[in-house]
Amino acid sequence: MAKNFSIKHQPGFTAVAATCFVVLYLPIIVLVLYAFNAANSTSEWGGLSLKWFRSAWQNTEVIDATLRSFQIGAIAAILASIFATMAALATTRTAPYRGLTFQYAAINQPLMVPEIVTGVALLIFFSRIKIFTGYSGLGYLIAAHTAFCIPFAYLPIRARLENMDLTLERAAADLYATPWKTFRRITLPLLWPGILAGLMLAFVISLDDVVITEFVKSGGQDTLPTYMLGQIRRGITPEINAISTAFLLLSVAIVTLFFFISRKRD
Amino acid sequence: MPDKPGRNAIEVANVSKIFGSGEGQVAALDTVSVSIRENEFFTLLGPSGCGKTTLLRLIAGFDFPTHGEILLYGQDIAPLPPFKRPVNTVFQSYALFPHMTVADNIGFGLEMLGKPKAEIKARVAEMLKLVKMEALAGRRTSQISGGQQQRVALARALAPQPKVLLLDEPLSALDFKLRKDMQIELKRLQHETGITFIFVTHDQEEALTMSDRIAVMSAGKILQVGSPWDIYDKPAERFVADFIGETNFLTAAISGIGNGKARATLKSGSTIEATVAEGFQPKDNATVVVRPEHAKLTKDKGELSGTVDNIVYFGTDTHIHLRLDSGEAFTVRQQNTRSAGCGFERGDKVGIVIGNDAAQVLRD
Repeated sequence: MAKNFSIKHQPGFTAVAATCFVVLYLPIIVLVLYAFNAANSTSEWGGLSLKWFRSAWQNTEVIDATLRSFQIGAIAAILASIFATMAALATTRTAPYRGLTFQYAAINQPLMVPEIVTGVALLIFFSRIKIFTGYSGLGYLIAAHTAFCIPFAYLPIRARLENMDLTLERAAADLYATPWKTFRRITLPLLWPGILAGLMLAFVISLDDVVITEFVKSGGQDTLPTYMLGQIRRGITPEINAISTAFLLLSVAIVTLFFFISRKRD
Repeated sequence: MPDKPGRNAIEVANVSKIFGSGEGQVAALDTVSVSIRENEFFTLLGPSGCGKTTLLRLIAGFDFPTHGEILLYGQDIAPLPPFKRPVNTVFQSYALFPHMTVADNIGFGLEMLGKPKAEIKARVAEMLKLVKMEALAGRRTSQISGGQQQRVALARALAPQPKVLLLDEPLSALDFKLRKDMQIELKRLQHETGITFIFVTHDQEEALTMSDRIAVMSAGKILQVGSPWDIYDKPAERFVADFIGETNFLTAAISGIGNGKARATLKSGSTIEATVAEGFQPKDNATVVVRPEHAKLTKDKGELSGTVDNIVYFGTDTHIHLRLDSGEAFTVRQQNTRSAGCGFERGDKVGIVIGNDAAQVLRD
């Protein structure tokens, strides 16, 4: 007798999976490896060294862009999470109504519209505002990042709300809690892991964005990804590898934290 | 149990609840009126979909009546939101707050009422003692068993000393043994706290054993309100007799109505005396009910005669299923003794003796 039939085991699956993993991870492994390259070029190996990390750390433009990325990411993630929480409450705490599907689509719009379209649209829109107000600070980037981060924050928050037992809120109301008290004492604490997960997801997405940022930013407003893009145009040194490696480490750390938070208390 | 007169805690007056609109509209409650007395253990009994939970939700404030008034000690509470009603609920799913300890759950209502900390602490301790949960005060609600969760839910609802406690099938999730214990426990709690309990269940046995009075509901209406004894022994209509316990239905010709009695001539030709429900004027033909334990089998002649179809042993008693000569089915319940069998066998031709005061004429 042959082995038990299983839909999981079919000829060719292993080979396809292996190819995917190689294409996905080999370039990253090479990138990380060359971050420790002592040579001045990314195409030859000159022995182990931390000099490119040191060089990046001392590069004020890199530090500047990194801090800007964090600043935009943090503010955008917090704003996006607040809006996403409000949207999630409005779309799950009611009986289905006309236009609900349309609202889902509207909230998730940034996931569907090509980024380049959003980028161009925002460029034109913000340039008009700039002319009228004369303001040219980071506000535009923060507004843009907040907008495209909302769906990412919305998803985990909504999932959490949908799994929540509505009777709990009813029980609180029965025990003399006003709607606001019910939200503060029951809904929000139970929703908190979802909000935290949404917050971190939004932060990572904001940190990573190139296309929209490239269109919206004014002069001297490079974020880390747009700075790196600019550097590559001028020729690559292993410093880029070092920056990318540090960036990778940070992203992995945040996503891991996100994973553990969303699993906790479930 | 005799009716004890008292003030009305709750008066439901001509309440209707209509869901949906136009073609698809459904009346979950259809002009229901009922009064629930102070300190009473009152049960709403009926099959699922009869409107009993809807009525409870209207009293709690989770829904608002389409028509009618709900008075709590004379004050109309129908338009008030739940957090403004001095009424608490024990939910079927318990609905304990998972992010709080047992003690915090119990103290929640008092905290929301803005009571001072010392008072809350004392009251929570008192409640923990009342439901015998002192040892588990610091536990999370996910770390205690179903029966313990049930006790916490009770303590939480009783802590703010509500004027009325609503219980929505609170025992349905418990296993048989625990359920029996909790039934006794609930009666004790009601007695000790003196709070009016409104209890919703579809379990007729639970209703009979626990209640001071029962309202039997069907299809959005209350069919009969009375003591367990009234409901069981003097059902007003066919649905009530059928829903509560087992019973035999016989068609009979009615004559000589008077003084709450009538003469019923059965299909077998024999005539028995039957009681008539108050305010009911039976027509010439009506349904007569006889409870299985109120009829006796005999090898001689009785008011009815038939053949033994099946004999089912139940431990405490034996159910003997018969086919009457008229073709109707009939069941007799006979108390078991230790030494002898029931005395009959399948296929036996038997007589059925229906004693005085065993039969009742019913509204269909």
